Amino acid sequence: MEYLLLIISAILVNNFVLSRFLGICPFLGVSKKISTALGMSGAVIFVITIASAVTWCLQKYLLEPLGLERFLQTLSFILVIAALVQLIDIVMKRFAPPLHAALGIFLPLITTNCAVLGVAVLNMKDGNGFFKSVLFGFSASVGFAFALLIFTGLREKIERAAPPRCFKGVAISLVTAGLLSLAFMGFSGLVK
Amino acid sequence: MDPITTSTLCIGGIGLVSAAALAVAEKYLSVPQDPRIAKVAERLPGANCGGCGFAGCADYARAIVMDNAECNLCAPGGAACANAIASFLGRAAGALEKRSALVLCCGDNTETTRRAAYNGINDCAAAQATAGGDKGCAYGCLGYGACARVCPVNAISVVNGLAKVNKDTCIACGKCVAACPRKIIKLVPAAAEIHVLCSSKDKGPAVKKVCGTGCIGCRICNKLSDGAITMDGFLAVVDYTKPITNEEVITKCPGKCIRKA
Repeated sequence: MEYLLLIISAILVNNFVLSRFLGICPFLGVSKKISTALGMSGAVIFVITIASAVTWCLQKYLLEPLGLERFLQTLSFILVIAALVQLIDIVMKRFAPPLHAALGIFLPLITTNCAVLGVAVLNMKDGNGFFKSVLFGFSASVGFAFALLIFTGLREKIERAAPPRCFKGVAISLVTAGLLSLAFMGFSGLVK
Repeated sequence: MDPITTSTLCIGGIGLVSAAALAVAEKYLSVPQDPRIAKVAERLPGANCGGCGFAGCADYARAIVMDNAECNLCAPGGAACANAIASFLGRAAGALEKRSALVLCCGDNTETTRRAAYNGINDCAAAQATAGGDKGCAYGCLGYGACARVCPVNAISVVNGLAKVNKDTCIACGKCVAACPRKIIKLVPAAAEIHVLCSSKDKGPAVKKVCGTGCIGCRICNKLSDGAITMDGFLAVVDYTKPITNEEVITKCPGKCIRKA
């Protein structure tokens, strides 16, 4: 039950994009076409899940014993996540070329995306255990994918509508994002 | 140890370990790639327009080297690019003619009638699907800009309900040709100057009823141009393999749809 609530909380109630406002750059940047949004979502889910596992180990076995977790967390997380993504890129290219073809160009883009770093830092702040960290990372990134895909669908529709001239392009997209966020705020209070 | 030394060593250590892991991975796991692919990719313009039919410049470069694809498919790079790649690989470049897209219609909102008020989705395909479009002419440009939206270089603008291609910026990728629901955009040689800007296959009186600048199928241009303009039923069509020497076709055309563009 606790895990179920964690998942629902990360996907809907405390959605990373729409209520925590993390990862806005890919949210606005790659939301023009469903196919690219799908690739981006896949890459984000992949990277965040693995990153939360690795950063948990880093925190537990290196930073905490040395007493450095208070001020070295952000720096070392960025370093490790960036290296990890590069490594995944190389390994994936070698062993899973089709997967690399689908996610490859998105991997370097989200190396140290604030959502990726946000999951890692929040995990440490909440004192989650290993399994809970990974689960939280996975569901948070699914929430990201969820928001991104909804927004992309809306933008594809808007592209074919005729908004007033002054609203065309980015303006109407930002208004849509705001309304979408407002809609997600309706979930607040569902899970503490 | 004081915290400064510990943290410096810690971050330095993490960096060193990551760098070593990446170096090892790069050395033992990287996929060997034909070095010529990168060299060919350097010679391509990098526009990633997809006009060659491949997923992008890098994919096209791979196809040239690995699958023996023609090296003259790049429209933005043109002949210079094709020659550079051909000389690098020691192949024949093949002929390449610069082309550009052309909207075969000149009936804007002043010249044509709208037979209905269309308030639906702002897109040509949607308008066409709604009882065949709101334009009086069943062949002409609908003017909802489906072509302009897919153009990667913004070469198409819709002016007064008629799409127009800017010849200088057009890279002939062919995306607009595919996007037009009425199929009235063609890729034509960029050097050609005289065009028949009409696609209506209707008989003369039917064309005149809906458009002030339509081809009425009078055949005057066909006779004057020495076969460079052929007839497809009631529509004059330019045969771009032959030059149009007699510029009288422009002034003699009663429909005023033969124009320089």
